[in-house]
Amino acid sequence: MAAVIKRHSVLPGFGPALGFALVYLGLIVLIPLSAAFLKTAGLSWEAFWTTVTAPRVLASYRLTFGASLLAASLNAVFGLIVAWVLVRYPFPGKKLVDALVDLPFALPTAVAGIALTALYAQNGWIGQYLPFKIAFTPIGVVVALTFIGLPFVVRTVQPVLEDFDRDVEEAAAALGASRWQTFVRVIFPAIAPALLTGFAMAFARALGEYGSVIFIAGNVPMVSEITPLIIISKLEQYDYTGATAVAVVMLVISFVLLLVINGLQWWSGRRAAATV
Amino acid sequence: MKLPRRLLAAALGIALAVGATAHAASVEILNVSYDVAREFYKDVNAQFVPFWKQQTGDEVTVNQSHAGSSKQARAVIDGLAADVVTMNQQTDVDAIAKAGLLSQDWRKAFPYNAAPYGSTIIFLVRKGNPKNIKDWDDLVKDGVQLAIVNPKTGGNGRYSYLGAWAYAKRKYGSDQKAQEFVGTLFRNAPVLDAGGRAATTTFIQRGIGDALLTFESEVLQIAREFSKDEFQVVVPSLSVDADAPVAVVDKVVEQKGTRKVAEGYLNFLYSDEGQRIAARHYLRPRKPEILAEYKAVFAPIELVTVEEAFGGWARAQAEHFADGGTFDQIYAPGK
Repeated sequence: MAAVIKRHSVLPGFGPALGFALVYLGLIVLIPLSAAFLKTAGLSWEAFWTTVTAPRVLASYRLTFGASLLAASLNAVFGLIVAWVLVRYPFPGKKLVDALVDLPFALPTAVAGIALTALYAQNGWIGQYLPFKIAFTPIGVVVALTFIGLPFVVRTVQPVLEDFDRDVEEAAAALGASRWQTFVRVIFPAIAPALLTGFAMAFARALGEYGSVIFIAGNVPMVSEITPLIIISKLEQYDYTGATAVAVVMLVISFVLLLVINGLQWWSGRRAAATV
Repeated sequence: MKLPRRLLAAALGIALAVGATAHAASVEILNVSYDVAREFYKDVNAQFVPFWKQQTGDEVTVNQSHAGSSKQARAVIDGLAADVVTMNQQTDVDAIAKAGLLSQDWRKAFPYNAAPYGSTIIFLVRKGNPKNIKDWDDLVKDGVQLAIVNPKTGGNGRYSYLGAWAYAKRKYGSDQKAQEFVGTLFRNAPVLDAGGRAATTTFIQRGIGDALLTFESEVLQIAREFSKDEFQVVVPSLSVDADAPVAVVDKVVEQKGTRKVAEGYLNFLYSDEGQRIAARHYLRPRKPEILAEYKAVFAPIELVTVEEAFGGWARAQAEHFADGGTFDQIYAPGK
């Protein structure tokens, strides 16, 4: 298999490059993760199962995965619009808006959490005008996760949109396609893989987020506890194996979901390539 | 001829300086401590350094490390070279002892069960005390909202829980009644913050809750920083003694040869001066005569210890806060 790839590659240095990539991934990703699996191996299957299916833990999976999916979907829609605006329309202050998009990356997450809570609490600038509660409810969790995930979608879609050939759009218009048809049939398929990548990254980031959510969630068991909080509270009790057991479950679910999203992306990429 | 002479003088000066420092040893120790004790230990260190110099002639530098108490304990277990640990909960020192870094009976190494100072749980209410909160009983009434720390993640949450339990058990006579009481109390909390400062923010900045339950040291500090007509301090009839344990980390001081200064540092916390610094930071000093000096600050309150009321921390942890314990049962589905 390796020989086959090697024969087809025109670039030199495949062997050392692959070696470096594997060592690097091993050191940075695989070894820490396998430590989590090893630690969990100390638990009996029964103990593992009761730990990871306790009602409080189950409720936290629902919140973490549900809120993360919702936040990533919101970002997919609105991030796409932001990217579109930034690429397609010239307007004053565009550079500034462009720079603003990256802010959620740079801000310490605790700062983001405190700021969002201050805004959305019932005595906050925004919260006081709303008829329902945002801070200290699961909606607050979605707000925080949307905030931290926004740059991923914008930054993955933006370059693809910039590189998109205007000729293709003009050709579509010349052939009688409406503006809407041009977007749906021509532009969207081209940016869909990038959009999915952004979605997957925003989703993955949201799953692991702790710092900002902790301030806005309210942390009430069964209602607004996220899975990372469950892990922290187990560590607080020196229950290392319990904490890693929950972490392992999260890892496995996340990995499967990301695999599915990557599969979708590969599939949509092939379709896009086939239609062009 | 002038220049060399000056050089000679300079060289002599340097030699003298070097000689002087070589004579008085300079040592460094690391105090690994919990989050909100940063300012307290800054004051302690400022007093301890000249004290130690006068006592022994040695120049000591005390480095500080602060974060959540249990996080710090884990760091020490994982190899952070702390000469002394000053925690806010016994279980954290016990965990270090269990890892073999210090002796199992560390509580006997210093007076007052190795806790030079402590605090307790009291309440902070809004101005005029509109819900008329005077004692634990008033916290379980309908329509009262509380700001409390999550006992799973914060020491003051655990102490609030145990304080309520001890009060209810005394008043209603059984553990079952106490469990119901604490359940009602926690159902009155719309938010369970992860840590003490977050709960304070929720209560003060977000305006959530009629009462904040947290350490006396925190409550008195807030009361000092905000004007009296914004918040009011309420002292319940009974509360739980939250003693702050200290210990020398044997493995580290033996390796570094710093046992003498590490012990001297912890003993300094028990000196009149050390006790007064604690009192100035609203931490209850253990020496009765120093506590009496500050009786205007610390209201009289009946304190029960975790040992008396709950048979020690290990048991309290297992019965109440471990997974499936009485705290988890409050939130069990169907309740």
